[in-house]
Amino acid sequence: MEYEITLMTLAGIAVIAALGLNLITGFCGQISLGHAAFYGAGAYGAAMLTTNGVSFWLALPAGALVAGALGLVVGLASLRVRHDFLAITTMGVGFLFIGVVRQQDALGGEMGIYAIPDPGLGRLGYMVLVVVLAGLVAAFSLYLKRSWMGFAFDAIADDEDTALMVGIDVARYKLAAFAMGTAIAGVAGVLYAHEIKYIGPDSFGFPESIAMLAMVAVGGIGSVGGVAFAAVVMTVLPHWLQVVAEYKLLLYGALLFAVMRFSPGGLAGLVRSWRTRAGGFRIAATGKVEP
Amino acid sequence: MTALLEVRDVAVSFGGVRALDGVTFALQVGELLGLIGPNGAGKTTALRAITGTVRPDRGTVTLEGLELTRLPVHRRVRAGLGMSQQLVRPFRAMTAIENVMLAAGTAKTHAPFGALLKRDRGPEREKALAHLETVGIAEAAESAPDSLPLGTLKRLEMARALALEPKVLLLDEPLAGLNHVEARRLADTIVELNRGGVSIVLIEHNLGEVMRVCSRLVVLDNGRVLGDGAPEAVMADPAVRTAYLGAGAGVEAGHA
Repeated sequence: MEYEITLMTLAGIAVIAALGLNLITGFCGQISLGHAAFYGAGAYGAAMLTTNGVSFWLALPAGALVAGALGLVVGLASLRVRHDFLAITTMGVGFLFIGVVRQQDALGGEMGIYAIPDPGLGRLGYMVLVVVLAGLVAAFSLYLKRSWMGFAFDAIADDEDTALMVGIDVARYKLAAFAMGTAIAGVAGVLYAHEIKYIGPDSFGFPESIAMLAMVAVGGIGSVGGVAFAAVVMTVLPHWLQVVAEYKLLLYGALLFAVMRFSPGGLAGLVRSWRTRAGGFRIAATGKVEP
Repeated sequence: MTALLEVRDVAVSFGGVRALDGVTFALQVGELLGLIGPNGAGKTTALRAITGTVRPDRGTVTLEGLELTRLPVHRRVRAGLGMSQQLVRPFRAMTAIENVMLAAGTAKTHAPFGALLKRDRGPEREKALAHLETVGIAEAAESAPDSLPLGTLKRLEMARALALEPKVLLLDEPLAGLNHVEARRLADTIVELNRGGVSIVLIEHNLGEVMRVCSRLVVLDNGRVLGDGAPEAVMADPAVRTAYLGAGAGVEAGHA
């Protein structure tokens, strides 16, 4: 049972992180290859606090704040770059984060931060907290998608120049997406740090950023249900199957490639086209063929 | 009387090429102004300098006395400019009506976190449908842009600009690419809009339609204003004829 609880907790954390990235990449159309940096910023921020005696309940929002603030700065710096250039810029941010962390003795340097205090909720209690937070982030994502903010994000993801032409302040919306998505990544980072109780520079490297992007792409860019599902499967699978664990990066890379090549809509896109096809059959069966 | 929209001494250059060289003209309230000229005369650049997509080297653009020159594109749109672009650019992931709804919802998209608190799209849907009816494509409301013909997309582009409830509607070659019948019909729609009280700047190559619908013409050539006045008077000017239609050509050339 212990093992299942750990798996559920890690899956929940992955769902939160992936949904945060989905907000930036899926909803607002801004690719990020450095999401692990914000995940790490939340983890480091909170771990610094709790190892110095601050309550976990204060460290949780503080971690989100640190990550969101960093996200805002990166967002500001990235306002003038688009598409491939944004991908490269955010990738650079990811490497920069690791590079800086490695050099800071205050952050544990190469050794990282260990003996992070337990939040004192018990294994099961902590899992419940993570799952509830994951549920809240999913609910927030679904709400956002249907709000006018989501509507404006749709326009920006579609065509930035035309979004300006209908009076949308593209820069401010992008910053909002960056701030929210990275703050959510920060929450995931705080939860990760207090689950594993140890964090080091390698916990938040480029492979983690790619893994998160793979979750978003495989689940279906912009689809809340699809991304959450992919995050759970892609977290649990390496723990169940040793083969998957050994070839994790290779597999994620292959998955990313396969999705982009064969089903750019991800799993959510596949389900949608199956449904449409099934719907088509139903219409044919009743004889009411509509265009 | 102050003009509704005033372009004063605007100059724009791209690299070493001077696209606009001190262009001045004005749009009065209720006018349907044709902005014409040969290819490369600077018409689209002039429109872009008005919307803010292009930054002029010098000169000013004012709307109802408000100086737009330093404002970003979205602020100019909110100040009262509506633009229908030459190459149609619908949001392709949205249906036709959603394209127009988003434009009708500028009050709700003003600030990101204000927009987060608003969900109701009902009133905007009604307004959008009315605009689609105005341009005559209400039946395409729920269609995806990719499934619509160019003529319909041109009208969609116009409906989206109208949904902004602009003080000035800027139309960049709305008739281009349409056949004779479609072009005539859309030109009639433009006249109706104008009679309904919308002030319009129309860039158009279809000289026949321009002469038919516009109340005044401004002719650009090589980045300068060559003529400004009543259509017949302007087209009778030998300098305009030479520049625009080539030496010895007549107005009856129709389509340029």
